[in-house]
Amino acid sequence: MHANVRIGAGLGFYGDAWEPVAASIERGGVHYIASDHLAELTLAILQKDRQRDAALGYARDVVPMLMRLWPLMQARGVKFICNAGGLNPAGAAAALRAAFAAKGLKARIAVVTGDEVLPRLAALTPPHMFNAQPYESVRERMVFANAYLGARPIVSALQQGADIVITGRVADAALFLAPLVHEFGWKLEDAATQPELDRLAQGLAVGHLLECSGQGSGGNFGSQGAWKAIPDLAHIGYPIAEVGEDGSALITKAPGTGGRINFDTVRQQLLYEVHDPTRYISPDVVLDMSALKLEDLGEDRVRMTGARGHPRPAQLKLVGGFREGYKAEVTWGFSWPDAWDKAQAAVAMVKAQLADRRMAHDELFVEYPGLNSAHGPLAPLPAPEALAELNEVWVRLVVRTQDKTVADGFGRLFPWMALSGPAYTCGFHGLNNSSELLGIWPALVGREAVEAAVRVELLSP
Amino acid sequence: MKVQLVKLAHARSGDKADWVDFGLFAWNEAGYRLIAREVTAERVQAHFAPWLPGTVQCWALPNILALKLVLQGALQGGGARNLRMDNLGKAMAAALLRMEIEVSAAEFAEACAAPRVGWWPEAP
Repeated sequence: MHANVRIGAGLGFYGDAWEPVAASIERGGVHYIASDHLAELTLAILQKDRQRDAALGYARDVVPMLMRLWPLMQARGVKFICNAGGLNPAGAAAALRAAFAAKGLKARIAVVTGDEVLPRLAALTPPHMFNAQPYESVRERMVFANAYLGARPIVSALQQGADIVITGRVADAALFLAPLVHEFGWKLEDAATQPELDRLAQGLAVGHLLECSGQGSGGNFGSQGAWKAIPDLAHIGYPIAEVGEDGSALITKAPGTGGRINFDTVRQQLLYEVHDPTRYISPDVVLDMSALKLEDLGEDRVRMTGARGHPRPAQLKLVGGFREGYKAEVTWGFSWPDAWDKAQAAVAMVKAQLADRRMAHDELFVEYPGLNSAHGPLAPLPAPEALAELNEVWVRLVVRTQDKTVADGFGRLFPWMALSGPAYTCGFHGLNNSSELLGIWPALVGREAVEAAVRVELLSP
Repeated sequence: MKVQLVKLAHARSGDKADWVDFGLFAWNEAGYRLIAREVTAERVQAHFAPWLPGTVQCWALPNILALKLVLQGALQGGGARNLRMDNLGKAMAAALLRMEIEVSAAEFAEACAAPRVGWWPEAP
């Protein structure tokens, strides 16, 4: 057991960079790396992979990432926890073992399964947790549904001696809470006293601060001007937490890395994707941030104390995805003169073709990148005289339809207009990119309906 | 006088299904008093209404000089079906920072003059 446990942030999403993780391992004195590969929509991407090839359905970056990082971790006794298993944790482990075997690398890998609940939803029929829409309305179209598991199966894997733990959908912060529960022997399901709940809440807050990698250390720092004072984002260090047995935490990063850990960067991440800050719900504990204290010690060090815990919820959250039609988009540019007016004429031509060809669609969405695509009508357009003189205007047209052939055919409406439409077309982008749309189904289910099926398997090295 | 929030605060937005949430952070106590007084759920709802007419909820966190806001119905039903280029609303915190609030010149001057709480050795 370590007197203080140091956990480094791994990836913050599928596709994130792992060189900053190497810096945390080599210079940050970490005992664990916890890596979050799954945003809310990532399972939708993995589902498309799995439809193509049943061996896929996991976040494939975990293999090259660990080919690079595992030798560094193994030499220092660092353990690695991730949710890169996605919809297929066993497949992720198999791919990793094959890659390790080819290079003579060895590790004890544990696999956590049981978060997939789609086969059981027909019986559970959970309504949409935000708008109460009944499950029956999407039942036939649901393509994946996974519950957010808590820290327990990861703790079990660590207790069995795993070096690398691969899970599917777990609560992001559970990846970070689990090593703390394991190292300090904290009570989890049976936490009852206020100090027992509070230290779990601290662990949850630590996980929340680290689960988005560079967003916890000065990346994506939304502000006017201040972001420029954050040094060397090209070599950002991901956040590292040093946590004591009572749960008190120091947030820092590896020496010599870019980015910034201070009161401002840490609190911007603290509230990220939180709704009621007095009830931030996880499978293991409910976090109340209202008395949480962030003390800026300078030199990229922030001390966090005062997280308050309430008992864990009786239900687990799941997120499902259901088929909801198709889209196709084309972005089309026009140069000065009359760029704005020509873009308007182009939109009218597209609408006329959709009508002439009876291409059934629910919506033709139009926005102007560079003018209003970020803030819609809250971003005022230039005055008419300035609008008329714009150097160029790009218009992005997106069709929403239930008919795949309409989406697939949308791009073919455009090329002929390069010769027969308004002048000075300076490019089309995206003539062949129709794709399926998915609706997201967040819902609550009874804990026992999920947890009985959770399994932890330690593979032989 | 009217002041844009961007002069008093910083912000980050995130998404869960069809809801976009915002953390809004004053640089210091003086700035926090102004945003806590002027930035209400009703006013933020009115600010977004010409674009996104959903309901807004607000929580105050004086311990970290911040407000938490949640805007419902913000993403055409959710990121995976949203046709906007910014389908996850990552830039929507900046749309919040466009909002104007009413403060006195003295209050604004005080908030601008007060030092930042955070460690900013390179700050201009």
